Amino acid sequence: MTILLLSGIFTLAPPTGIQAYDTPDDRGGSITIEWQLSSNDVGIEGYEIYRSEDGVAYEMVGFIGQGRGRYQDETDDNREYYYKVAALRDTVRAFSSSSQPVMSRPQLFDLGATNLFIAMIIFCSITLYFIQTARRGKKFEIRKIAGLDAVDEAVGRATEMGKPLLYCMGVGLVDSIATIASFNILGAIAEKTGQYETPLIVPTSDPVVYTVAREIVKESYTSIGRPDLFDSDKVYFVTDSQFAYASAIDGIMLREKPAANFLVGYFQAESLILAETGAMTGAIQIAGTDNVSQLPFFVTACDYTLIGEELYAASAYISQQPLLLGAIKGEDWGKIVILSTLLVASLIGLLTKFPILNLFR
Amino acid sequence: MNITSDPWIWIGGLLTLCIFSFLYKDNPFYKFAEHLFVGVANGYFLTFTVHRVLGPNLFVPLFVQGRIWYVISLTVGMLYILRFVPRVSWLVRIPIAVTIGYYTGAVIPATIQADIIRQIQATILTPQNFQSWNAGSSGIIWSVILFVGVACTLSYFYFSREHKGVLGVTSKIGVIFIMVGFGAAFGYTVMARVSLLIGRFQFILGPWFGIIE
Repeated sequence: MTILLLSGIFTLAPPTGIQAYDTPDDRGGSITIEWQLSSNDVGIEGYEIYRSEDGVAYEMVGFIGQGRGRYQDETDDNREYYYKVAALRDTVRAFSSSSQPVMSRPQLFDLGATNLFIAMIIFCSITLYFIQTARRGKKFEIRKIAGLDAVDEAVGRATEMGKPLLYCMGVGLVDSIATIASFNILGAIAEKTGQYETPLIVPTSDPVVYTVAREIVKESYTSIGRPDLFDSDKVYFVTDSQFAYASAIDGIMLREKPAANFLVGYFQAESLILAETGAMTGAIQIAGTDNVSQLPFFVTACDYTLIGEELYAASAYISQQPLLLGAIKGEDWGKIVILSTLLVASLIGLLTKFPILNLFR
Repeated sequence: MNITSDPWIWIGGLLTLCIFSFLYKDNPFYKFAEHLFVGVANGYFLTFTVHRVLGPNLFVPLFVQGRIWYVISLTVGMLYILRFVPRVSWLVRIPIAVTIGYYTGAVIPATIQADIIRQIQATILTPQNFQSWNAGSSGIIWSVILFVGVACTLSYFYFSREHKGVLGVTSKIGVIFIMVGFGAAFGYTVMARVSLLIGRFQFILGPWFGIIE
């Protein structure tokens, strides 16, 4: 009896059923190892994962705590590896048998993102359908958006006062949707300022954004037949440093005294600094961003604020171009699809045992 | 009071005061600090870009490792510079198109995943989501509030019709949800900003003047 008890304390059962396989739906560089837990799992520290390229000399590549039977190892693609797992208690190790050789490879398709693919097909199809419908001549209407109705007022006021307009795009790069939306609005506003010969100042915080903004303003002036109005000194790069950019814009607001400030794009902590300074100068301020944490500051310190998706709809609203209006119509149908999905999925979730949440992972 | 003799702390402290002087009005001290800040930031940006971006990602692979296909990136990037040559300045549109096209393509799937699919998953009314609130039986109530909030907020962003009738009611409820969200975000962010201000005062009173530890 004593011998049996002692052997229970000092022997350590190894993990069993070790399996190693190429991690599915990834871009390569990873092998997943799975095993059945040691029968002494409760009393051990954890599991050491060993790897070998020849099945003889193993080196430890990872450690995972007790109760867990899965590990992902980083590997070089197209090279064979063998794995062993050891249960560890104090200095005692119990090794599993070796796995079959396995190699990692990148997969062409990520089947785990099928739901994303379907969603993209649905939303892109809806948008393309309405753009095509607009191309065939159908006219779409958009409801009033208060902030955008004020654009004409802002340009008119600047013209009457003989002061410039300031268009600030924030600190977003071209990978930000808000920045891309801001480019569209900049084009429409540049056209309006060009019609009234009102100077437009566009200080930017990124060299690529600067280059795009410059081309847009130039193109807008050209499209209304006034390429001569383009002044390359009015569209310029300031700095990519967030607060240096904010301090420079503050300086511009106080020294150039624009009659209207457009703060449209992606903003972070500089939003309130800019909006407050603009409010101090008495300029009419129209702001818009999709960064939820900064919107409250614009709402409190600006005259008009474009909230989230209003920013995306703005360029269509200002320009009234049929193609852009078609895209907005498509977005609206997208929202109907989302609402319908929510309703149907909730009914399934409440009335059946189907694991509906798994479809949206 | 134990004022430091470290010149760098003196420079930092004086520049902080120069920036704070903006609270009174625009003045030469603020202008000096502003221009210095922008100049230093640009100097750093240029050096950083050459050494940390262009060097390891373009110059080393192309000229040291001989990866000849990197010449495509170099050529497309160099087109940006052609805007200084009036006759061929239109070529700058090629890298612009490549950049915007690439980023738009990269951002759309990520946005659909994070802003649509994940949010739908969190909003669906299921027993599993009720439990995720960790609020016992009231998890159902919170889930229903979330569901109503999402539906009404979505209706506010419906642009194809005027907000009248049923749509008017739901969009007004949506605005309430939006404003409650903004209020919470406002309070949270102001708290973070106040801690930044406290940090500057700690710098002035601590390392500079030695009044506090």
